[in-house]
Amino acid sequence: MSLATTPEIAPRSWANRREGKRRKLAQIEPWMNGKILPGRYIIEALERLLAPGDKVVIESAQKAADFLSRSLAKANPKILHDLHIIIAAISRPDHLAIFEQGIARRVDFSFAGPQSLRVAQMVEDGQMEIGSFHTYVELSARMFVDLIPNAVLVCAQMADREGNLYTGANTEETPAIIEAAAFRDGLVIVQVNQLVDTLPRVDIPAGWVDVIVEADRPFAMEPIQTRDPGEIKELQVLTAMMVIRGIYERHQVISLNHGVGFDTAAVELLLPTYGTQLGLRGKICRNWVLNPQPTLIPAIESGWVESVHSFGNEAGMEQYIAARPDIFFTGRDGSLRSNRVFCQLAGLYAMDLFIGSTLQMDGDANSSTVTRGRIAGFGGAPNLGSDASGRRHSTPAWLSLITSDSPTVRGRKLVVQVVQTFKAGGVPTFVESLDAVEVGKAANLPIAPVMIYGDEISHLVTEEGIAYLYKAEGIEERRAAVSAVAGVTSVGLKATAKRTAELRCKGLVAFPEDLGVRPSEATRSLLSARSMKDLVTWSGGLYQPPARFRSW
Amino acid sequence: MEKLSFEYPASAKASRKAHVGVVGSGDLEILLEPSDDAKAHVTVLTSVTGFQSTWKAVLDRFFERYQGAARIDIHDFGATPGTVTMRLQQVVEGNK
Repeated sequence: MSLATTPEIAPRSWANRREGKRRKLAQIEPWMNGKILPGRYIIEALERLLAPGDKVVIESAQKAADFLSRSLAKANPKILHDLHIIIAAISRPDHLAIFEQGIARRVDFSFAGPQSLRVAQMVEDGQMEIGSFHTYVELSARMFVDLIPNAVLVCAQMADREGNLYTGANTEETPAIIEAAAFRDGLVIVQVNQLVDTLPRVDIPAGWVDVIVEADRPFAMEPIQTRDPGEIKELQVLTAMMVIRGIYERHQVISLNHGVGFDTAAVELLLPTYGTQLGLRGKICRNWVLNPQPTLIPAIESGWVESVHSFGNEAGMEQYIAARPDIFFTGRDGSLRSNRVFCQLAGLYAMDLFIGSTLQMDGDANSSTVTRGRIAGFGGAPNLGSDASGRRHSTPAWLSLITSDSPTVRGRKLVVQVVQTFKAGGVPTFVESLDAVEVGKAANLPIAPVMIYGDEISHLVTEEGIAYLYKAEGIEERRAAVSAVAGVTSVGLKATAKRTAELRCKGLVAFPEDLGVRPSEATRSLLSARSMKDLVTWSGGLYQPPARFRSW
Repeated sequence: MEKLSFEYPASAKASRKAHVGVVGSGDLEILLEPSDDAKAHVTVLTSVTGFQSTWKAVLDRFFERYQGAARIDIHDFGATPGTVTMRLQQVVEGNK
């Protein structure tokens, strides 16, 4: 009798995914020319390559694989149903059509800006089932853990005959999505604008790609971070002056990320004028994590900016970027190399400061862009607008937020929210309870969709002044500081003159006069560019705004 | 159009006439002239009706800090309270 016995184990295959992928690709083999599939077969090919229950990534952030999503929406729901879609931004009508047809049911996503009303309606009608809200980088992370895709539908600018891809200026998350499928025997299906003999550069090697199809038109793309200086109001000039003096100068902010919006565009446009008058050039705002947004052009041209790493491109900036390789990340061919995952990582771990805006904030400084009847999601703000507790390197700005003398104290990232107390039409930004709480209940979400939690926010800026929330000792003091700058909203009316005076004394609250900011200087003439045309002039004619931004 | 009037105690006469702002949607213009009677008299002519309590709250706040005796005429075209406060700060800057 032997001491060690081998247990009886039924033989199993350890390569089911690989085998399944091989079988599926064999079904479209007759149509293929190498890796190239003629466009007319795409709907049938998707019906053969995908199967009910599959997890399918549809690429859609700034750029969208819209030929593939439009084709998927035309598939036969008797063959293809109950797909689980993983998508960064639900941005197009065809994304919704996939659910209306019953081709897909469950969705995990980050953002649904323009479609947020219909998403809310479809969830209510039971046509769409939400897995979770995510931030962009969080969704990418799950593609490697518990949302590993069976297939990914992505887009690139060009492919060569072998199947190598050029993703161009808008690389965004294409490499991450493809990686999650290619190395776990998922199918990588790519739409390209153009098939060429020689690529400007290889962004994705052919060995990672299974099917390439030439699209009927170039992939859809949104210049989501481009803002027209002509729409910046003087109130935003005032808050921008306070941001520069009361935060950037005071905390020596060198590396930073600006959220999307006019409040931060105003800051960018004040650097060459107001910032230079204050003698701050070279001392602050040198290293940026930011799309190549046109409102940064005057600061770049005035010598403020050392580097910019980008999530994606902004349409029309291609020639300007190609002419400024010392500033932007570019390939040898001159075109921008963006990468959302790396850029989010940089925003999380390597930034002194994040500054952004929101639609609503409650008295505890919790904020959300999810408002009544809209399931909008957040994109990258919750990541960028959070302090990474795993950070270990220090910078003067990070250290400047230390408020205790404990021997093991750590620094903190500056997380700034800048808002006007009321939006146009007299709608208050500060509210007793976020709409997100009700929306979350209505959509059966396990937690309310809060964008940035109040305890993550270090500074709150309104036209009234700055609340230095990181200095607050306890929730009562935090609430009092929020109220002190919340104007005549219901949250702001809780402030008393006496308590506000105490907070000013302690340095928790500063009004413009405490910061040396004069409201009379807050005029549009302080902006280094007041129109899109001014930006074109600053760029030496290299920036070419999309048609919708042109008035000439 | 709605016309609203407010009055606040003042401690010192405003030093000179002033004018700020823009006659345009979402903004307002403010005219200020010194008054002899140790009070601030505010008249608001606004294109948006039904915001009397908001106007009162904005002005109450502002006159907690500003003590000039003046006649202040506000012509409003749907400015947010934030813009109103900024324009008030601008019109009294250097005018105590």
